[in-house]
Amino acid sequence: MAQLKGWKEIPIAGIILEAGNAVEYRTGGWRAFRPVRGEAECIHCFQCWLFCPDSSILVDAENEKMIGFDLDHCKGCGICARVCPVNEKVIRNAGTKLARDDARLCIRIVEEGRVKE
Amino acid sequence: MATKLIPKELAKRPDRLSPGHRLCAGCGASIVVRQMLAAIDAPVVIANATGCLEVATTIYPYTAWRVPWMHNAFENAASTITGIEAAYRSLVRQGKIPEQNVKFIAFGGDGGTYDIGLQALSGAVERGHQFLYVCYNNEAYMNTGIQRSSATPLGAHTTTSPAGEVIPGKQQKRKDLTMIMAAHDIPYVAQAAPSQWRDLMQKTRKAVDCGGAAFMNVLASCNRGWRHATDETVELTQLAVDTCYWPLYEVENGQWRLTYKPKEKLPVEEWLKRQGRFRHLFRPENRHLIDELQAEVDRRWERLLRLCGET
Repeated sequence: MAQLKGWKEIPIAGIILEAGNAVEYRTGGWRAFRPVRGEAECIHCFQCWLFCPDSSILVDAENEKMIGFDLDHCKGCGICARVCPVNEKVIRNAGTKLARDDARLCIRIVEEGRVKE
Repeated sequence: MATKLIPKELAKRPDRLSPGHRLCAGCGASIVVRQMLAAIDAPVVIANATGCLEVATTIYPYTAWRVPWMHNAFENAASTITGIEAAYRSLVRQGKIPEQNVKFIAFGGDGGTYDIGLQALSGAVERGHQFLYVCYNNEAYMNTGIQRSSATPLGAHTTTSPAGEVIPGKQQKRKDLTMIMAAHDIPYVAQAAPSQWRDLMQKTRKAVDCGGAAFMNVLASCNRGWRHATDETVELTQLAVDTCYWPLYEVENGQWRLTYKPKEKLPVEEWLKRQGRFRHLFRPENRHLIDELQAEVDRRWERLLRLCGET
């Protein structure tokens, strides 16, 4: 929205005519932590997609692949890493508690600003 | 053919709730909405009671909804959706619009459902409208800053039931709205949780296809009010299920059925100790409240088992 509309131009009764235009609002700036794909192989189970509160798991639905994170909207809650079955397996195999940013994980949660692209 | 309840299949259709809404990081409500709407193939129309979901998804001039959506007032989400439903059926009857098997859904929080919208809900289901009312239950008025509701459990700290030297959190038990709705003897009533997503989706489908009024009570953790880390939302919801604090069941045309039985019924303490709102209960002088909560959970669980013919 480059220019705010005047009261004569906006629809009556507070109706919003563009369905889903909230995508224009970027909530990614809220993030203190960022999800990053780790070394473990993603099995494309879509569990992260299923549980993301912000619809911020990018998938190639046709080819059934998880392809990354929508960092314009991801708020960094970290749920994706917690529901990831590969993460669970890596943690179980490691036998100890792993840091959230351990490189061996499938989805790592890294402090924002410390991410090596 | 309905889309198979497999995430990869469900992901082929665009999300009906867009990103960019202003719900908190790790919010349980949007997980519930996304999963439920992904399960429905038919077109949907939604009415929303005042609450976090309504406020945060539709901050003017933005809306996160990719489906027709309406907010009216706090107390009348059920009346609003039944009005829309009646208008739709009338227009179809008059031949003014084609029949498209539209599903009508109302979303309300526990404040807008257990308390403020209860009479509108009761009236709407009694009138026998064909719609689904979903209570996304986070157990307090989270939108206005965590005030107690009648869904808040005994002993929980909220800003209007603060835990201190004299009073250890909320002094009353939570009311059982799912049971109240079951007592309306409507075609479909269910209790669900997003951690058991397939169960939630199956119930959603049954509810919208039941041919009458349906009600679902879905536990949706609020990390701000429950006081836990943002990434623990799903885990804590599942713990509520595994401690039998939040049993998953359905009542279909008067038939009670348990849809999930935990392998091992965990002590309710396992769920309580993970949340800051119950922290004070672990002080020696408040331990009896944990016992009281456990007794309450056990009593309700036993009753449910009897109703479901499990004992």
